[in-house]
Order: sequence, then C-alpha cells, then structure tokens
Amino acid sequence: MIALAPLVSVQDLVKHFPAGRALWGLGRPRPAVRAVSHVSFDIAPGQTLGLVGESGCGKTTLGRTILRLIEPDAGRVIVDGADVFALKPPELRALRRRMQVVFQDPYGSLNPRMSVRQTLAEPLVIHRLANGTEREQRIFALLDEVGLDRRLAGSYPHELSGGQRQRVGIARALSVEPKFLVLDEPVSALDVSVQAQVLNLLADLQQRRRLTYLFIAHDLAVVRQIADHVTVMYLGKIVELAPAAELYRGPRHPYTTSLLSAVPVPDPNAQRQRLVLAGDVPSPAHPPSGCAFHPRCPHPKKNERCRTEEPALREIAPGQLAACHFAEEPMQ
Amino acid sequence: MTELLLRVRDLRTYFVTEQGRGTARAVDGVSFDLHAGETLGIVGESGCGKTVTSLSLLRLIPEPPGHILPGSFIELEGRNLLTLAPKALRAIRGNEMAMIFQEPMTSLNPVFTVGDQIAEAAIVHQGLSRRAARARAIEMLKLVGLPDPETRVDHYPHQLSGGMRQRVMIAMALVCGPKVLIADEPTTALDVTIQAQILELLNRLQDELGMAVILITHDLGIVAGTVDRVLVMYAGQVVESAPTPELFARPLHPYTEGLLASVPRLDTPHPRRRLHSIPGQVPAATAWPAGCRFHPRCPYAWDRCTVEEPPLLDAGKGEPASHVVRCWLLAEPARRTRQP
Repeated sequence: MIALAPLVSVQDLVKHFPAGRALWGLGRPRPAVRAVSHVSFDIAPGQTLGLVGESGCGKTTLGRTILRLIEPDAGRVIVDGADVFALKPPELRALRRRMQVVFQDPYGSLNPRMSVRQTLAEPLVIHRLANGTEREQRIFALLDEVGLDRRLAGSYPHELSGGQRQRVGIARALSVEPKFLVLDEPVSALDVSVQAQVLNLLADLQQRRRLTYLFIAHDLAVVRQIADHVTVMYLGKIVELAPAAELYRGPRHPYTTSLLSAVPVPDPNAQRQRLVLAGDVPSPAHPPSGCAFHPRCPHPKKNERCRTEEPALREIAPGQLAACHFAEEPMQ
Repeated sequence: MTELLLRVRDLRTYFVTEQGRGTARAVDGVSFDLHAGETLGIVGESGCGKTVTSLSLLRLIPEPPGHILPGSFIELEGRNLLTLAPKALRAIRGNEMAMIFQEPMTSLNPVFTVGDQIAEAAIVHQGLSRRAARARAIEMLKLVGLPDPETRVDHYPHQLSGGMRQRVMIAMALVCGPKVLIADEPTTALDVTIQAQILELLNRLQDELGMAVILITHDLGIVAGTVDRVLVMYAGQVVESAPTPELFARPLHPYTEGLLASVPRLDTPHPRRRLHSIPGQVPAATAWPAGCRFHPRCPYAWDRCTVEEPPLLDAGKGEPASHVVRCWLLAEPARRTRQP
C-alpha cells in the first residue's frame, strides 16, 4: 500500500493488564484486560494514520505502548529504524527526541507551576539542545510556529484558554524536532471553532516539517480531515484498516459502518437511516467468543460461525483490510 | 401554533466573581418561547451561557454568587417562576419541569439504588406508596429500554455503564411525566454509538409522551437531526434564532456561518481541504466586547459594530420574527462582501 519504507512499523503488539486476584490476592486470578491484542500496521514517512474506536477499545494504550511509555507484553515496534523495545535506557532517551506525544487534556498535561517558557525550555535542557539566548530564540520560534503570541511566554497554564494550552502542548512536542508524533485525542476537549484552528495547525506543521502522525480519536469526522489511512479498533483488535478515501466511501466491517452511521451530520435534510447498535461495548476482560463484535453486529448474514470462529484480519481489496467473515458483502 | 408552555423574556443571570474582579454577565437578555410538544435546541460553545440559561429556568443558580436580575421573566403556563414561593417552586421542579445533566456519573447518588432514586420523585410529587413507586421505577426503566429492569432496579450507579446511567437519568426525569424536559448535553460524555441510542430514545419518548424538550448542545449535527427550532448563543446572548431547516439553509449571523463551516463533516464527497476556523476565542464573561460582542472575531465587522450593539433584527422571510439575527448586516446587507 505504500512504496516508501515505513517510518513506524508495529508488529503483532500485545499488551494485557493483569487484573489481580479476587479476595485480597488470595482467590482465583481475575482475567487480564486484553487492551491491545496482536496489532500490526505501518505508517509511511510524512503520512497520518488515524486510529479510531470507542472508549475502552485500547487506542490510548496502543499509542502509549508504541512510545514505550507502557511496557509491552509481546511484539515489536520500529520507529525510524530503531527497535523501540530492544533499546537500553540511554538509547531510548535518544530515540525520544524522534518520537513525541500530544495528550488530550491540555489542562492535565501541562505543569501548572511552570510558565510556557519553562515548559518549552525543559526538553531543550534535558536533550542539551540549546542554551542561553539560543534557547530563548528557539522558544520564540516555536511560539511563532504554533501561532502563539510571544508575550505569552511568561504565562502559566491557568491563564491560557484550552486552545492555547493545546498549542503549548504541540510546541513542547515539537521542541526536540521529532519525526513521529502520537496525537492522542488532541482536539476532543476543544470547542468546534478552536478545534478547526488546531486541526489546521497540525496539517500545516506536518507539511512544513514532514512529520508522521498517529492520530488517535473517537470522532470519525475529525479523523477524515487529517488521515491518509484509518484503522478502526474494537476491544483491543483492529477490525478494519484502509486508505481513508476507501474506508469512508465503502467500509467493509459492520462496526465501521455503524460508527459512520452514528455520527450526527449537520444537515437537517439528510434523511439517513441511522443504524443504531444495540447494547454497550463489552468489557475487554470478558470479550465475547468468536468475533468480539458479534453480539452487537447488525449484519443481516450474521450466523453461528461469527459466534464461534474469530475472523482474521485479511485483505479484501488492495490495501483494505477487514476482520469480518462477510467483508466481501459489506452492509450499505 | 400549539399552546404556549414556557415564555422567557429578557433573562439576565449574573455572577459576582471573587476578589471583586467584576460581574460575569453569563446570561444577558435571553428571550424565547417554548410550545407544547416542541423541541428547542440551544447551541453554542463553552462559556456562551447555555447551561446557565437552563439552570436559571429551574432556578438552580446558587445565590450568591449568582443572581437573576429583576426585570427577567420566566413564565410556565401563566405562573411567573421568578416570584413563586419556594414550596410552589418545588412542586414544579422535577414534576412539571425536569432536567437531565451531562454527567450521568456525577449526577446520580452513589449510595442509593437507581430504583430508590427514580422512586423518590414519584413519592414526593405524586404521593405514591413505596411499593407503588418501586413498580413505577421498574416501569420507567422498561420505558427507557434498560435491559432486565426488575434486576437493574436494585443496582447502584457504579454497576451500570455510562449509557445505562444516562437512561436512568432520563427515567428519573420522566417519572412524573413533565411538560418540559431540559436536556443539558445529554450525550456529550457518551461514545458515538451510545449517543445514537440515547438520541433515538429521547425522540421516541417525546413522540410517546408529547412533552416539550429543550436540548442544549455544542454539536450542530445533533441539533440538525433532532430539534424544531434553534437558538444560537454567543457571549450570553441569543445571536440567531430560526426553524432548523431555515437556520442550516440560510445561516445569517457570521458566528453561525463560521460555526457551520468549522465542523468536519462526513456527508461531503471529499474532506474539506482546510477547515474554516473562527479566529481568536470566546471573550470572558466579565468583559464582553463593546458594540457587537462578536465583532473582534467577525470577518465583516466595520466601525458601527465596534460601538453600537445590534438588537435582534427580523430576517424577513416567512412568519414575522421566525428568523431573527443580532447583526448589523441585516440593516446593511451590502457589507456582506467577503466569504468567510
């Protein structure tokens, strides 16, 4: 699907969270939460992979495991030629210059006692990138680049609006000149007019700096705006992975179809037949048998096989992968 | 038009801020009508005053620091809620007018079963016995589509998922058969597939029970699919009000226009190359800009906008006052030159 060698390659990644034991550690062990199970994908340099799913599907855990902010249980991640899980601490620290993260909550991810200047200076100090006036110059250049007034350098997070805080978070990630950014719901806490500003900023930065993004979000309309490829997760697994245009035009997995159908469209004349899924997302500690989506699946051909046999993620059309027994006969 | 239920005129709710930093004029002259069976959408971004408006309707504003200014007027079927005695007000709250909140996690009491919480309103307002109230609670849980209501009635909130808790909140609000239901961002904390379930549920219940609904949301997509009429709020004021199809076909306030253009959409053949964005941010409620409150962010603003505050002007199509806009462009349409 991509001619270039990938900048990021995730291979068979697994992360389970043990749930401990019942009865204060004396009883039977509880089943582990299978947050990420056997996930693989590549991202080409300069491209954006959108990662979509509902709460609890494992998308945030996946993003953090790729950066080794959480240790994995199995699998391999290659970022810019480096095997992330094989690195020793000093090498890992060096690699962190090339991969950075922007978090969802611009309130919780900035230190309230540090001014914008201190927040942006910290990575430069840690990675010994700049000193004295050069450091000050770089901080100003970063503020310019993310569209923040230089006069805000002395401000503290509580003095900034949500959009401004998210710009500081982006500037902090950019300060070490990374190649790869994990953007974990970077706009979901923002109002719609500000969300548009930040999405445009991210698109500009990507072009200017040739950045590679993993863009994690629950909002398919937002992802469509920025992603080249999209992967959809359900209960820790990839259920569909496709080039964005194909996924939005013709989703192959009934879960993707349902997600797309559930997004409200700002047009009162859109007489859409909304596909409303029954029930809640099951607990990732007790995923259903066979296809994990089968209890909620609206596909008319759903049958016994879905309940017993787990569908493999397979290529349905060039570059378009789906994990459904009926991917050749997608729902409309 | 059907029977008028709720009449709000010139509602002003102000808050005195700490350390005397001034007065936050959170809601500043809001007027609207709500008819029986109608769904009214109130749309706006954070800080525009939409939640304070809804809390004011039920007089749930903590005083101090807040107060509803004299001259404001809220009338439910001929009774002025702002002058009503506390006892009479209590008989309306949760009975004739009920509310569901955004956070189903924090709005339910963790130490009572959901059955007790639903039954409470039926016991207080309708004088039901405990046994009858419990049966009523089960009936309500069935109505809102909670699976296995006979068991769930004895569960505590922490045993339910987010979507189920929101269904319980709806059951609580509807137990007395209110005439007006105020839903403040009822689906914001929920996943998109659960949001679709809850919106469908609210639509169905409104059809079955015939109540009027005020739906408060920041999501223009939700508004487009559910409400009859939209109020767009900005900086404590209504800036545009129109029937839903009219508002989406002919948004006239530059803020409405900008908001609609900033939404990433799924219903276009291709994604937009670049999203429109409204420059700047919502000003603070302690210092609304002079003149038109939107002028610092408006692509069309001229001198008049900076000094003279526009009233709600009639946009002139259809019934009188059915589409009103707080913008001087209505008086000087030739100024609408740039496309945002």
